[in-house]
Amino acid sequence: MIEFVIREWQPSEAQRSDRSAGDRARHRQKVREAIRENIADIIAEESIIGRNNDKIIKVPIRGIKEYRFVYGDNNNPQVGEGNGDEQTGQVLGQGDDQQQGEGQAGDQKGVDYYETDVSLEELIDIMFEDLELPFQERKKLRNIETDSNRKKIGYRKKGVRSNLSHYRTALERVRRMQGVKRRLALLEQQIEEVEQLLESTRDVKSDVRINYSKELAFLRDKHAETQALLNSNADDSDAATGTVAAPRFPFRESDLRYHHHRNKLRPESNAVVMCIMDTSGSMDTLKKYLARSFFFLLFSFVRTKYDKVEVVFVAHSTEAQEVTEEEFFTKGQSGGTYISSGYNKALEIMQERYHPSLWNVYAFHCSDGDNFPNDNQKTAEAALELCEHCNLFGYGEIKPNGKRSYENSMLSFFEKNIDADNFRSLLINGKEDIWNAFRDFLSAERGAS
Amino acid sequence: MRNYQLQDLHDWAERASAMAQEFGLDCFPQEFEICDHEQMLGYMSYSGMPSHYPHWSYGKQFEKQKTMYDYGVSGLPYEMVINSNPCLAYLMRDNSLLLQVLTIAHVYGHNDFFKNNFTFAHTQPEYVLPSFKMHADRIRGYVEDPGIGIERVEAMIDAAHALSLQCRRNMQIKRSSPDQVREQIIRNYEREAGDNYDEDELRRRLRHNPPAPEENLLEFIRDNNPELAEWQRDIISIVVAQTRYFIPQMETKIMNEGWASYWHHTIMSSLDLPQDMHMEFLVRHAQVLRPHPGGLNPYHLGYKVLNAIRIWYDGAIDEKTLRPDEHSLFVKMREDFERRDAIPFDTRDVSGTQKLFQVREADRDKSFLRQYLTPAIMEDLNLFEFEHRRNHRGQRVGMVTNTSNTEGWRHVKESLLANIGTESLPVIKIEDAGFDGVGTLLLRHYSDGRELEASYAQYTLKYVKQLWHRAVRLEAIIAGKETAFTVDMEGKLDTKQRKAA
Repeated sequence: MIEFVIREWQPSEAQRSDRSAGDRARHRQKVREAIRENIADIIAEESIIGRNNDKIIKVPIRGIKEYRFVYGDNNNPQVGEGNGDEQTGQVLGQGDDQQQGEGQAGDQKGVDYYETDVSLEELIDIMFEDLELPFQERKKLRNIETDSNRKKIGYRKKGVRSNLSHYRTALERVRRMQGVKRRLALLEQQIEEVEQLLESTRDVKSDVRINYSKELAFLRDKHAETQALLNSNADDSDAATGTVAAPRFPFRESDLRYHHHRNKLRPESNAVVMCIMDTSGSMDTLKKYLARSFFFLLFSFVRTKYDKVEVVFVAHSTEAQEVTEEEFFTKGQSGGTYISSGYNKALEIMQERYHPSLWNVYAFHCSDGDNFPNDNQKTAEAALELCEHCNLFGYGEIKPNGKRSYENSMLSFFEKNIDADNFRSLLINGKEDIWNAFRDFLSAERGAS
Repeated sequence: MRNYQLQDLHDWAERASAMAQEFGLDCFPQEFEICDHEQMLGYMSYSGMPSHYPHWSYGKQFEKQKTMYDYGVSGLPYEMVINSNPCLAYLMRDNSLLLQVLTIAHVYGHNDFFKNNFTFAHTQPEYVLPSFKMHADRIRGYVEDPGIGIERVEAMIDAAHALSLQCRRNMQIKRSSPDQVREQIIRNYEREAGDNYDEDELRRRLRHNPPAPEENLLEFIRDNNPELAEWQRDIISIVVAQTRYFIPQMETKIMNEGWASYWHHTIMSSLDLPQDMHMEFLVRHAQVLRPHPGGLNPYHLGYKVLNAIRIWYDGAIDEKTLRPDEHSLFVKMREDFERRDAIPFDTRDVSGTQKLFQVREADRDKSFLRQYLTPAIMEDLNLFEFEHRRNHRGQRVGMVTNTSNTEGWRHVKESLLANIGTESLPVIKIEDAGFDGVGTLLLRHYSDGRELEASYAQYTLKYVKQLWHRAVRLEAIIAGKETAFTVDMEGKLDTKQRKAA
C-alpha cells in the first residue's frame, strides 16, 4: 500500500497563516503609486470641492501589470471545445472567447483594468503630494481648526464623558479626602475627651459612666469606619505573605465634574467661496485639474478659518449662470467672452444670498485670458466693486501651454486698472505654479487685514 | 461544514491507496494536509509552496483570487498537489467525504506522474521544500539588508520574473558542451567558406558571444554582465531555479490532469461506494471533466485522449472486450487510419493499460497530442479553431476558422499544439552580446508565423535593459514588417519599422 498520512486542520495554525499580508500591502502600495501617476485625470473628473472627506471615490486603475514577451492576436489562432455545431466562418457569441481555458498566469495579454475605492481624504493627500505642498501647510489645510462657537461657562455634576473635567474631578476627590481626614481628627479629639471624662468620673454613679462608655464605643466605631475610607484596599493586603497594599482613596461617582457649555452665536463666522470661471474655451484635462485643485485649495483654506463655508460656482461666456460643481467643470459653452457678466452675476448672488454684511466673501476667477475689448471697461468697474465687498478677490490666468505672445492676456489689464490691496492677479502655467500662486493670493489677505 | 469523522476519511484513504497500489501506480509517500479556504487561497497564490519568497505579485494574485472567490466567479480547486518527495497535497476542510476521497484518488494519479514522467527527472523532489525555504530566507535577507532594501530587491525580481520563461523548454535535450559548440562552428564555417577560407574570419566567429543563439536569457545576462552585484546574481539564480522546477508542470498539464482523472475514475469505480456516495461521485466526476465551451479543459482533453488510447490498444487485441460506446470510437479511429491518413498507433500487442503506463513515462503534452490526438477524438471533443477579429463595430470577436469534422482538422491540431504549455510563449534568443561594438545586447524573435504583442515587448525589453545595464535591441516581425525595438543607455524606447520586402 502507498504510505500516507493525513494531517488534521489546526485552528491555531489557520489563524496565524495570513502569509500573503506583506505582499498584499506591497501590492496596494503599487496601486497607490499608480493612482498618483493619474491624479490629474482623477481630480479633473471628480467633484471634490465642498465634499465630505469620507466620500468614497471609485478610481479605475490599470492593473499593475507583469509584462512578459507574449503573442498578440495576429496570426495566432486558438483552439476551443464546442458543441459540434460550429461552422467555418461563424462568429462566436460574445463571451465565448472570453474563456481562454487555463492559461498560465502572465502568458496571455489582457486588459487588466479594475476599480479601487479611495476615500476623498486619501485622494487629497495624493493631490497635495503631487502639488508638492510643503508638509506644514498641508497639515494646516487638512486639520480643520475652526474657531469654536461654544463657550465653557462652568461645571456640572452630570454630563457626557467627553466633557469630563479631569482637573475639577481630581480636585473634588482631594477635597473629599481632606474632609475625611478632618473628620478623623475631630473624632480622635472627641474620643480623647470622652476618655478623659470617663477617667475623671471614676467615683460617680455607674449609670452616667455607662452612658459615657456607650458614647466611647460609638465614637470608636465611627473612627474605624472613617479610617477604613482612607485605606479602602485593606482587603488586598495579605497577612500570610506580609504584603501590605498601599493605601488608596478611590474616585467616587459624586467626584465627577463636567464642563458646561453654551453655544454662542457668531454670525461673522460664515464664509462663501465664489468660483468664477470662463467656460467659453475648451477645458482640457490639465486645465480642469489646475482650476479644480486651485479652487479646492481655496475652499480648504477658507474652511480652516470659518465655521460654515458655502461654495458658489459661476460659469460664464458672454452670459453667466450659477451651476453645480459637475456642470462647472464639464459644460463648455461656445462663443465669446464678457468677463463682466460673470462678475455681475457674482455680485447679484452676493446681493441676494450672501450679503457682505453677514458673510465673508472669497471670490476667484479662472480664465484663459480672453475678453472682448469692448467689455474691458465694464469688467474693471465690476472688479472694483467685487474688491470692495470681498475679503479677497483674485484673477488667475491658466495657460498650461505657456504664455504665448499672440494669445490675449488680461493680466496687465488688471494690474493697470485695479488698485486694491485685496486683489491679486496670477499666472498659472502648470501644477508647479499652483502652490506659489495660492500663497501669493493669500498674501493679499494678510496684507489687507 | 464537514459531514464525516477524520477516522472515516482515514479508512477510505486506506482503501483508495490499496487500490492505487494494486492498479500499479508507483507513488512517493503521500502527505495530506487539511486546510481551510483562506489557507487554500494562500497556497494557490504561492504555487502551493509552504514557504516561498515574498513579492508583491503574489499579493496581487491573492487579492484577485479572493475577489473571484468572494463574488462566486470561481470556486477553489478541490486539491493542490506539489511535486515533492514525500508528495504534499492539501485537502479542503469543508469538502464532503466523497469529494475528499475523490481528491485523494486524484492526487495519487499526480503523485505517480511526478515520480515517473521523464520531464520531471531533473526536479529533485526530495529537496524542493527545503530549497524553496532557503530561497525565501535568502531573499528576505536581502530585503532586510540595509544596503539593499525592498525597493531594489523588488525591482530585481520584477525584471527576473518578466524574463523567467525565456529559457530552454525541454530540459531533457542535452546542451552541447562549449567544445562541441566550438567544433560545430568550425565545421559549419569550413563547409560554408569552401575555397574562401579565412583564418581571421573563423577567429572572429569563434570569439562571437554567445557562440550560438542563446535562449536562456536570464542565465546569459547573469553570467555576462559583470556589473551585477552578488545578490542580484543570486536573485536571478533563484528565479531560474524555480522556473526550471515549474516548467515540467506547464509542459505536461494536459497529460498530468488526464492521468489523475483517469485514475480517480478507475479507483473510485473499484471502491464499492455506497449508493449516495456513488451518485455524488458521478456528479463530481462529470463536473471536473465537463467541456469548457470556447476554451479547453485540460482534465477533459487529457482524459479523453488517454481513454481513447486504452480503447484502441484493448480493441486491437480483442474488439469484443469493448463496451458498445467504446467500440464505436474504436471503429471511427480505424476509419481515420484508413481514410484520413491519421498517424496510426503501433499496437504491438500491448494491453491498453500497459500502453498508458508507457505513455505517462515517455511523453509530454506536445508529443502526446501529436501522436494520439486523432481526428476521431477531435471530432468527439468538437474541437475547433478560431481567430480574434474585429467586427464591423470594432469589437474583438472570435471567428471560427476550422473545425474537426472537415479536412481542416489538421489546422485545428496544429493550432492546438502551438498553444499548449510553453508553446504559447514566443521564442526569443540572444544573438549577440557585443552588437554595435558597444555592448548592445541583440535579441531576436524566432517566429513561427505568430507575432509579438508590441506593447508588451517594449515594456519587457525595458526589463532586459535594466538587467543588462547597456543598450538592448530586439528584432521581430510586427504587422508583417521587420521591426527593431531598442532601449538605449538612458532607458529611452524607440521603434523602427522597415517596409516589408
